[in-house]
Amino acid sequence: MQFSEYDPEDFFDELFTRKGEPRAEALPLVERIDALTLPEVQRRHKAAQIALFKLGVTFNVYSDNQGTERILPFDIIPRIIAAAEWEELEKGLKQRIHALNLFLSDIYSEQKILNDGVIPTEIVFSASGYLKPCMGLKPPKGIWCHITGTDLVRDRDGRWYVLEDNLRCPSGVSYVLENRRIMKSTFPLVFNNMKIRPVEEYSSYLLETLLNLAPENILNPTVAVLTPGIFNSAYFEHSYLAQQMGVELVEGRDLTVADGFLQMRTTKGLQRIDVLYRRIDDIFIDPLAFRPDSLLGIPGLMEVYQAGRVAIANALGTGVADDKVIYSYVPEMIRYYLNEDPILNNVPTFLCWEPAQLQHVLTNLDKLVVKSADESGGYGMLVGPKATQAEREAFAEKIKANPRNYIAQPTLSLSRVPTLIEDQIEGRHVDLRPYILYGKEIFINPGGLTRVALRKGSLVVNSSQGGGSKDTWVVGT
Amino acid sequence: MLSRVADSIYWLNRYVERAENVSRFVDVNLNLLLDSPEGIQQQWQPIILTTGDIPLFKERYGEVTAENVLRFLTFDANYPNSILSCLRSARENARSVREVISSEMWQQVNAFYLMVTDAAKDLPLTDTAALFQFFEEVKLASHLFAGIMDATMTHNEGWHFGQIGRYLERADKTVRILDVKYFILLPSVKDVGTTLDELQWMALLKSASAYEMYRKRGLHRISPRSVAEFLILDEEFPRSMRFCVCAAEQSLHLITGTPLGSWRSPVERAMGRLRTDLEYITIDEIIQAGMHETLDDLQLRMNDIGEKIFETFFALEPISDLAS
Repeated sequence: MQFSEYDPEDFFDELFTRKGEPRAEALPLVERIDALTLPEVQRRHKAAQIALFKLGVTFNVYSDNQGTERILPFDIIPRIIAAAEWEELEKGLKQRIHALNLFLSDIYSEQKILNDGVIPTEIVFSASGYLKPCMGLKPPKGIWCHITGTDLVRDRDGRWYVLEDNLRCPSGVSYVLENRRIMKSTFPLVFNNMKIRPVEEYSSYLLETLLNLAPENILNPTVAVLTPGIFNSAYFEHSYLAQQMGVELVEGRDLTVADGFLQMRTTKGLQRIDVLYRRIDDIFIDPLAFRPDSLLGIPGLMEVYQAGRVAIANALGTGVADDKVIYSYVPEMIRYYLNEDPILNNVPTFLCWEPAQLQHVLTNLDKLVVKSADESGGYGMLVGPKATQAEREAFAEKIKANPRNYIAQPTLSLSRVPTLIEDQIEGRHVDLRPYILYGKEIFINPGGLTRVALRKGSLVVNSSQGGGSKDTWVVGT
Repeated sequence: MLSRVADSIYWLNRYVERAENVSRFVDVNLNLLLDSPEGIQQQWQPIILTTGDIPLFKERYGEVTAENVLRFLTFDANYPNSILSCLRSARENARSVREVISSEMWQQVNAFYLMVTDAAKDLPLTDTAALFQFFEEVKLASHLFAGIMDATMTHNEGWHFGQIGRYLERADKTVRILDVKYFILLPSVKDVGTTLDELQWMALLKSASAYEMYRKRGLHRISPRSVAEFLILDEEFPRSMRFCVCAAEQSLHLITGTPLGSWRSPVERAMGRLRTDLEYITIDEIIQAGMHETLDDLQLRMNDIGEKIFETFFALEPISDLAS
């Protein structure tokens, strides 16, 4: 299998500086793959897919009425990040999470940032993730966003940008762990020769992060992962994480509020839960406090939570910072709370609720990506350059009807990684989602999930729209 | 342990065991038919009768033909006790407790499920040789699952719930397999003791993997009475009803902590009573009371135990509404 024909073209390539010139950190991998025949590479590629399917590393597709599970297509050519570059990213992410946590703390108590006029009050109050019942909440140790999966992309010039912060319940980390396991059996020699940072410690750190929240007077705290159930698209991950940590995996119907505590129904009666890692959105978690029609939640949980008798990760109310209008103010938050300059950039963002910017967006729809402020996962967006005139006009009406709910960003030219497409290697666009744990300290799992848009030329990496994943190697010391 | 989790492990094991026993069921019938003299009409009605699902069968298929019965019991996705449905339910239950069972267990159930779904797509029901092969694979996959569970999962509360599920299911089905021959295929008086009769009893024993063990037990000669005694009352054969009930009772008491021989809950009482009955009753008494009637009564009592387990420990709907 020869990389000599591989052409990075006019993009930033994660493994090559230009045609025929691998980056230093990628050289051993490129040489190894060059030494293998094409059928051998394809055989390993196939074996990896089969192994993932057998392990049941699957996700459910909501719209698929067959109820079938699929594996996230996996590409065996990894994405490589040099250690020095990773350190910069780490610094930037830590700074960002630190500021976001202070913001959440502030917004549900004194609201200094609003009173000082740094962020317009009405923007926060109109965000769908802003939960009034969370006012006055004091989560253990002052931590709100325990688990974050920040989406990063790299533009043509090689600079990193933050796309989304994902402070509610980001998924995907199980792929990181399982992909790595598969890669070790796919390229064992390469692992011998390259200093690739391990990712396996994630579950231990996650458990520590959760135990950090348990009341101190409890000797053996009970930790549980709350899942919506086996029909949820990320069920595999919920189950996997509970298994790796050795904690209970519970559903709403296993839980009840009794004697002022959150309890689970066991074969020997009720048992208290001290820390709940919830993988259900805020508004579904307690039908008494939020959505009365939620069948997933536990009536009365909010009251127990407010009384400090159960810890929840992530804290309720964190979704406010996922609002894309509020996202645009993260650099201001960093300056305001930390008095530092942001290390990581936001993607330049136009806010449609400001009349001047709205005009700019409407006249440049063919050049911009427009996103709904309260949606994620590639839903509710318009990719201007790829849309038809009719689609753009329809979307313009939606924007004008509710400008607060839309932001627009320039179309970035995402970086690419060589990817095995049938019998050759072609460049495909990728993003990166590192996983960040806020426990006693902030820990970032080296690398993260690299999602790849497998369709030629596509910029959409979401699994629901033809995306796959790659292992991510942080290489060097 | 969460009630829901205990419930799922219980049903996971019941469904795997059920799939295995449906294979045994159909296998014994195919065997019996192969040994039947030419010209004798194929007997498929009895096998449907023993499932207790004859109305459902009639409604869905109408005519009792070999192919219809085979389809119904093996690959009918809408019949909850077909092999295919059993595996789907077993896998759904396993999937909901993946974090509790060992990864190896999950992988085996998953592989088992994929094997059966592949067969459902490709296997022609008219190919008897392929069917025998398939039933063999189902049995092996079930044994493999039981072995993996035994060797890789901590023998904790959940494991014991699994054991109860497996043994109750097995006891129930061993009795039913016996019923196929003893009651339904009851030979006409002139056939008793003929070569044909003996062949049928041998086939029955083989399908319960009991043939060799039966011979070794010192019984040697094959008689309906001894075969029935072996399959119902043998103390040591792991598919006999008595053995299964004893094993289930032991797991039950390890879960509750109540000493064997005493009871603190209705389920312990019902189980203990069934076990002692099986320990002290003789085969002559059973034949006197009527074999089929006795078997029927034993099945009812096991169903009752199943319900009491649910009320005592689970009292939550199982994941699959296919539970019967």
